[in-house]
Amino acid sequence: MKTEDTLTGFDWKYDPAPEAKDHIKLKSQYDLFINGKFVKPNSKKYFDSYSPGSEEKLASVAQANVKDVDAAVIAAKNAYDKVWKKMPAKERAKYIFRIARVIQERARELAVIESMDGGKPIRESRDFDIPTAANHFFYYAGWADKLEYAFPNRKPESLGVAAQIIPWNFPLLMAAWKIAPALATGNTVVLKPAESTSLTALKLAEIIQECDLPPGVVNIITGFGDTGAAMVAHPLVNKIAFTGSTDVGKIIQKAIAGTNKKATLELGGKAANIIFDDAPINQAVEGIVNGIFFNQGHVCCAGSRLFVQENVAEEVIQKLKARMQTLIVGDPLDKNTDIGAINSKEQLDKINEYLKIGVKEGLELYQTSAAIPKKGFYCKPTLFIGAAQSNRVVQEEIFGPVLTIQTFRTIEEVIEKANNIPYGLSAGVWTDKGSKIFNLTSKLRAGVIWANTYNKFDPTSPFGGYKESGFGREGGLHGLMPYLKF
Amino acid sequence: MKFDFKHTPSIDQVGIEERVARFNTRSIKKETKLSGLKLALSMIDLTTLEGKDTEGKVKQMCIKAMHVSDDLPGLPTVAAVCVYPNHVKTAKQVLKGSKVKIASVATAFPSGNSTLEIKLDDTKLAIDSGADEVDMVISRGEFLKGNYNFVFDEIAAIKNACGKARLKVILETGELSTLDNVRKASDIAILAGADFIKTSTGKIQPAATMPVTLVMLEAIKDHYLKTNVMIGMKPAGGISTAKSALQYLVMLNETLGPKWMTNEWFRFGASSLANDIVLQLGKEQKGVYYSKDYISID
Repeated sequence: MKTEDTLTGFDWKYDPAPEAKDHIKLKSQYDLFINGKFVKPNSKKYFDSYSPGSEEKLASVAQANVKDVDAAVIAAKNAYDKVWKKMPAKERAKYIFRIARVIQERARELAVIESMDGGKPIRESRDFDIPTAANHFFYYAGWADKLEYAFPNRKPESLGVAAQIIPWNFPLLMAAWKIAPALATGNTVVLKPAESTSLTALKLAEIIQECDLPPGVVNIITGFGDTGAAMVAHPLVNKIAFTGSTDVGKIIQKAIAGTNKKATLELGGKAANIIFDDAPINQAVEGIVNGIFFNQGHVCCAGSRLFVQENVAEEVIQKLKARMQTLIVGDPLDKNTDIGAINSKEQLDKINEYLKIGVKEGLELYQTSAAIPKKGFYCKPTLFIGAAQSNRVVQEEIFGPVLTIQTFRTIEEVIEKANNIPYGLSAGVWTDKGSKIFNLTSKLRAGVIWANTYNKFDPTSPFGGYKESGFGREGGLHGLMPYLKF
Repeated sequence: MKFDFKHTPSIDQVGIEERVARFNTRSIKKETKLSGLKLALSMIDLTTLEGKDTEGKVKQMCIKAMHVSDDLPGLPTVAAVCVYPNHVKTAKQVLKGSKVKIASVATAFPSGNSTLEIKLDDTKLAIDSGADEVDMVISRGEFLKGNYNFVFDEIAAIKNACGKARLKVILETGELSTLDNVRKASDIAILAGADFIKTSTGKIQPAATMPVTLVMLEAIKDHYLKTNVMIGMKPAGGISTAKSALQYLVMLNETLGPKWMTNEWFRFGASSLANDIVLQLGKEQKGVYYSKDYISID
């Protein structure tokens, strides 16, 4: 600070504050976790996992083929028949508790790997992803021996082998969402993480080994879409749990038609975030930012369609632009980073394609002025102002830090427009009036509706969608049901 | 111009608290920390507001204000000293020739329970004795009764009596109970002519908190967006550590931006903060913490 700054103000930039990564131990090559052991893939093939923040290679990961999938499913089936099904529920609970505890103990390591491998800011992996993952295991451990009370007089029974396929946006957290309720209800698991973010799932495999889970209860195999397809097609699989794109969800639904397999699909979204003129505007602006820029917008329930009442639109947009200028985009491992790296080159290309489409459609594009790193995959936080229902950027899921802004005049109009979309996962409502909130929540067709907040998650609360956003619920008491028959 | 203070913008308390929690995750290290600490030091209103204040106490504090820590070269002085009106003259004598300003509380501080005549006399005493800044209190009783125009008129009258001196309006947020009230009181004070809005007298708990300060900063921002007029902010009471001061600066930086990052527009009302900042700056320069016995306590 110089003396003259006292008169003109002082531009206080934050120095880099990188989280240390020298304590992280990654193997150069990861095998498949089947029947309690890391085994070489039958395919003999490996693929590379890159850090999207720096484009450096982190490790090679095994590519499971049909034979590997078969081995994993058979291991799960044997573990189910011989051990897990017969084990008293309170003993099962102890294993799940143990996983939760070890995740907590190794939270820092897991957070750093999550940010290195997936590109999300360390602030989020440290404060949200990893603690919430541990909480899911804690929560479902508690249910394991209380299922009779969860569903009184209905005799809940486990299903068997659950094939679980998870996306790249919350790698460890999605693994927790899937594995915890499956184990608590007495099922065994074959889990496949997304190909761009396998590393924390493989660390979880190490944790599961460390926790001495009976071999085969949890199997973690890595690979691409064909690996997932083989899991879905396997005759010994009793249950499919998938989180990912609507396109793949439809393929799964077709593949299991005519079989006995139960399914839960948690698919895409294009949520309306609705700001009324009586909302606390400054906090609503925070909610808009949190709704769309959390995890670079790689969130199926992201508030990607903003609806602002016309009489406050100018104020909201002005404030939103100013707030966006304070967002720090860059190194995922920097503790001050607000928006990290886009998960992969493919995803960045897809987002950039949509940016072109929006501009071509004649929308006003706004991006923040701060520079982004040259290396790595980054996208500036973006607004499309003056959007309409008929714009493609409003209709299709972009899955990036891109927000469309539409205005509305009346409450009826905004309800119609919010529902006028093939998706129905989530929505947000901002108003100071409680009655307005209840009116909207009963009329919006969305699985989750947040009032005067956005992107809040808790293990006790069910999550899932309507329409093309999928079916089945995860989390809470409801999250037990898809893994049980009555 | 006629204002309707029944309808001021609503505040969502949960949202405010979440935003504050987010500011507190900022990691301030190295040069950022050093420049932040020096800036914070230059923003302090070194304060003594006790019934037992004497000339001796005030003199010693004024010397401290000019020589915060002479063995650390390049440190700024604090922005001002803050005293009762009857001690302004003493402060004026000691501070003669320095850049340190003199702020005086007035208007039946801290309760504000008196007549306008007495409050104006109190203000006049401070101004006539040479105060550069006047820190007034609002009538919280009238505010809570809904007598918003009374509060407005009183502030306007005191502003008028201040002449060239800058007026800081103390809302005493610890007695206002809700953040909605804090916002309303901020708007009233700003529109009635406050140059600064200030959280607390330091006599009521809670004094300054980050959520309350954020609500007031947003009121300042909204006013600036509408009128292009800058208003200053002074959280007072309860900020005693360098770390906490840096968190306030992060909040200021990301809410109002660089223009406000100066003691022209932001102050800390504090007594023990200066020494903790000196302690931390000493550590940054010398690599180790030194004993508090090396830092003067006036």
